[in-house]
Amino acid sequence: MCADHIERLPTGITGFDHIANGGLPKGRTTLVSGTAGSAKTVFAAQFLAAGIKRGEPGVFVTFEETPEALRRNMLGFGWDIARWEAEGKWAFVDVSPQPEEEIVELGTYDLGALLARIEHAVRSIGAVRLSLDSLGAIFTRLNDTRVVRNELLRIVSTLRRLGVTAVLTAERTQEYGEIARYGVEEFVSDDVVILRNLLEDEKRRRTVEILKFRGTSHQKGSFPFTVIPGEGIHVIPLSAIELKQRSSNVRTTSGNAELDRMCGGGFFRDSIVLVSGATGTGKTLMATTFMAAGVRQKERSLLFAFEESRDQLFRNAIGWGIDFEQMERDGLLRVVCNYPEVTSLEDQLIFMKAEIERFRPQRVAVDSLSALERVSTVKGFREFVIGLTSFIKHQEMAGLYTSTTPTLLGGSSITEAHISTITDSIILLRYVELFGEMRRGLTVLKMRGSSHDKDIREFTIDSRGMHIGRPFRNISGILSGQFTHIAPSEIERLSAMFRDEEGTETAETN
Amino acid sequence: MSKIVLHLYIAGHTPRAERAINTLRQMLEHDLAGYECELTIIDVLADPQQAEDQKILATPTLIKSSPPPYRRIIGDLSSVADLLNVLNLPPKTGSSMINKE
Repeated sequence: MCADHIERLPTGITGFDHIANGGLPKGRTTLVSGTAGSAKTVFAAQFLAAGIKRGEPGVFVTFEETPEALRRNMLGFGWDIARWEAEGKWAFVDVSPQPEEEIVELGTYDLGALLARIEHAVRSIGAVRLSLDSLGAIFTRLNDTRVVRNELLRIVSTLRRLGVTAVLTAERTQEYGEIARYGVEEFVSDDVVILRNLLEDEKRRRTVEILKFRGTSHQKGSFPFTVIPGEGIHVIPLSAIELKQRSSNVRTTSGNAELDRMCGGGFFRDSIVLVSGATGTGKTLMATTFMAAGVRQKERSLLFAFEESRDQLFRNAIGWGIDFEQMERDGLLRVVCNYPEVTSLEDQLIFMKAEIERFRPQRVAVDSLSALERVSTVKGFREFVIGLTSFIKHQEMAGLYTSTTPTLLGGSSITEAHISTITDSIILLRYVELFGEMRRGLTVLKMRGSSHDKDIREFTIDSRGMHIGRPFRNISGILSGQFTHIAPSEIERLSAMFRDEEGTETAETN
Repeated sequence: MSKIVLHLYIAGHTPRAERAINTLRQMLEHDLAGYECELTIIDVLADPQQAEDQKILATPTLIKSSPPPYRRIIGDLSSVADLLNVLNLPPKTGSSMINKE
């Protein structure tokens, strides 16, 4: 995709190389700018840590935190800096403020000593990477801004001469506006990355954006990321992964023969089915059946439950003749119950990915997405769903999400409005009021890449699960919840009118 | 009276470094003629490890480690008068009582 001649250095920061189309421009200096608390120092340290894991030594020039503090703070990410220093893989150039000393300026000066120290450190360990944290701190330490500006240019050209790929961090005073405080740092660098720590609807959301890579390509726009213990920065590269999705024509059973028939022969593997309905319409039953069907044909099945407790889920399953406990003992099923409120969606996504990678299932169900929506912003939720969906599709798995509609009759949920275009198939479960009685209806609204039954069918639930029956023929307005009963003669007239179209419609393809 | 110990860090013999050295020589030969003085000049280009150990940022940097108070000055040391003032030299008897530094 990137047919330019600028070589990349893969950073090793999860997801970042995706959005950077391979990594940072090699041998150049990239400015990483962000407000306080935007994880600049973590980025700078992780850039070196990831390099060391690839056999590339690194120099860390620190203007803010002391090497002692950095060694201590970064240990939580699993980076043993002290050991790397002993092994000659990591070197500090310590320019952190010394508490006891006050510097008096008398006449003009340059940063020749710093330059000499950086060069010395780079040469002595054969550094490939360098991080400098942070530029703003130099400006606060020295009064002569003009000198600092000139000297920064000198430092950057020295780094270029030394052939290291460098990350310089800089402070911003606000999330949007000038790239960095002092307004000079950006001229130092051809490549600018921005880290943001936004407050949206009272929820913190971190994003990373590559503002420019001079003369070369990168993904545009901002991408969510999270900072997790034991790993550091983890970027969730939405659009980058979306492009590579495959879709297969392999069908797999939903666990209900009649539903399979309605879907034109079952669900597709590598596809996501959204089951939407009001509370009590049978969404959890569908997820349970979907899981059990997987286990029955020796597929590993993973269920993420966000609404019901483990005990309750297992009790429900038993009520429908499905023994989850035995299935778990056989190692084919894994049920993960989790309260969505305990963590942010970004972390939740990473947690779920880790579970999927560990268990390696062939099918995954999430019950329900609506529970997750409660803890996030609309944008964050959409990104979460895109991230999870593309991940699931990548793994050659069949997925099923449930979503709860807020009203009992008709209606659509906010969840649906935001993710219906992302999922491949949509199944609606609805209550239908029929002559003073509550009945249940089911319809396949969308089946990407296949024809499907377009009837709204009545279904019942008993101790053996879900039974799909005949279409509702004398009622309309089920989906909107505004029922109208129609005389049988009218139905016959209408079906005669549309007979030609029967079964010819095929859904849109990918 | 303790010895006056000064270290000057330079990055090569630049005009700025020469100016700092000249100012220091002048101060030591004229204003501090009667005192026991020790001046060491370190070129960080030749000995970067020294700069690392002392955490030198800018050049020229002058460090006075004795007598107290410890002083760190950056710049080409414009004039002898300013320099003496900043260094708190020559040491006055009982200076610690007058200057609470």
